[in-house]
Amino acid sequence: MARRILGNTADQRAVDALNEELGTNRNAFVQYADWISGVVTGDLGESYRTRRPVSEMLAGGLENSAKLAGLAFLLVVPLGILGGVAAALKEGRLRDRVLSTGGLSATAIPEFVWAVLVILVFALWLDVLPVTAQAPRGSGLLTQVEYLLLPALCLVFVLFGYISRMARAGTIEALDADYTRTAVLKGLPQRTVIRRHVLRNALLPTIAVVATQTGYLIGGLVAIELIFNYQGVGLLMIRGVQSKDLPLLESAVLVVGVIYVVATLLADVLYSLLNPRIRLGAAQ
Amino acid sequence: MTVTQDPLAITPVAPPRDEARVARREQIRLVLRSKTFIAGAIIVGFWVFCAAFGRAVAPYSPFETDILAKLEPPSAEHWFGTDRTGRDVFSRVLAGARDIMVVSLGATVLGTVLGTAIGLATGYLRGLVDDIVSRVVDAFLAVPVVVLGLLVLVAVTPSKLTVILVIGVVFTPIIARTVRAAVLAERELEYVEAARLRNERAPYIMFGEILPNVLAPVLVEFTVRLGYAIFAIATLSFLGVGIQPPAPDWGVQVFDHYQFLNGGDWWPTVFPAAAIATLVIGVNLVADGLTHALER
Repeated sequence: MARRILGNTADQRAVDALNEELGTNRNAFVQYADWISGVVTGDLGESYRTRRPVSEMLAGGLENSAKLAGLAFLLVVPLGILGGVAAALKEGRLRDRVLSTGGLSATAIPEFVWAVLVILVFALWLDVLPVTAQAPRGSGLLTQVEYLLLPALCLVFVLFGYISRMARAGTIEALDADYTRTAVLKGLPQRTVIRRHVLRNALLPTIAVVATQTGYLIGGLVAIELIFNYQGVGLLMIRGVQSKDLPLLESAVLVVGVIYVVATLLADVLYSLLNPRIRLGAAQ
Repeated sequence: MTVTQDPLAITPVAPPRDEARVARREQIRLVLRSKTFIAGAIIVGFWVFCAAFGRAVAPYSPFETDILAKLEPPSAEHWFGTDRTGRDVFSRVLAGARDIMVVSLGATVLGTVLGTAIGLATGYLRGLVDDIVSRVVDAFLAVPVVVLGLLVLVAVTPSKLTVILVIGVVFTPIIARTVRAAVLAERELEYVEAARLRNERAPYIMFGEILPNVLAPVLVEFTVRLGYAIFAIATLSFLGVGIQPPAPDWGVQVFDHYQFLNGGDWWPTVFPAAAIATLVIGVNLVADGLTHALER
């Protein structure tokens, strides 16, 4: 490890001394045990490379990643639901086929490929948006959003397909349901039927899916943050990989895992809150 | 005067073996009639051709550098321009099809074989085995694929073989879950009961009786997973822990040159990126066509 930090030409004694100081001359299991015993007491350790506390580095990264992910969700959830419902209302027709096949194809393309394509179109050809994601220090909310728009767009492309597919399936099912037929037969206007009966029931599974997409979102963040050079958790993880900075890498993965589990749990809770039929333990 | 004819009286009842063959032919006909499938198959076919013969038909060697001709824009001589060491981008894109396809196919085949075996065993045997394996599956599903791959490939040295093993193992539980669901429905059917009454052994019932009947969902799952495998492996290569340079891999090419995008030198990044995009779209169209034709 010290050899990596000090470089190939460094004196062997200096390397040995740094290894001793960092504790990287020990067996990998001992190092891991050392790190994990710190974690349970709330200490994530210190980065080998920057020598700063990992928790401090991760806090900054998490804030940045949350901004990017938040913007992406803010854009993709309404778009995905709108797309899915629009497709479902014209099931099997041209609009449905275009939306479904387009959404499927968009979802299949890796985020970093989208990044290359959107940079080419929006930053180079049209020259309307900045290529880097990091807004200048102390800039206002709107400027920050402007800088984050391109990376968020890549995430939107990848997530759109999943969310619109769920919204489409939910809407089609609700359109077929007996209560919808009853609503139409009792003479309610189409707009009211769709808003009050179809959408309410169709959006439940969609909400659950949105939360489970956090995992994909985090995987995508790693590539996006690297290509846009954005200081988030994903970029920290990559830096941890590149310099074999184990405390940083282990802690970043741990945090990501915890976020993922919490998000999935929240999805379940939200789902049962919104759907009285599966409200847990409500029968008693 | 008309006589109402009993349809059963005229049509002779086909023996079951023929019936199965007719049904299979009908399924193949449905698949071939799907426009989505055909469009996807053409795209994938093109890249399979490149994977097999790309290096032979490429105008230049994908490895030959020419520092004097670096980062040249697309021209009649170099259709896709040259990269930062003067290698021909067009030749590298053609040659790059091989690695990603071999690795993603290898990983998906590994995942499908293991996943199908586990899915058959848990779905058919149920009980304790099912409980234990299902919990392990849940644990696997809790970590994003790219993050897991990143973590493991840092620990072991990244190479084609390790990428195949990692992605294959990560996919195993996901495929097992799908196969298990299909097996659960299948095990209640009469032919399984009959086999059990004939005193057939469990492995024979699983692999000889149930497996042929769940091949359609397995095939669909295989193509869907292949799309995800290309997605994941391209991303891992881009992040530096997948296929390693100097291999003319598309993800590696994008990683090597994305910094030049800001300066306006777009060709060494955009062409490999477009190659990845077309390949994954092709595979997904095939998967979508198969899903609609086989799962009705």
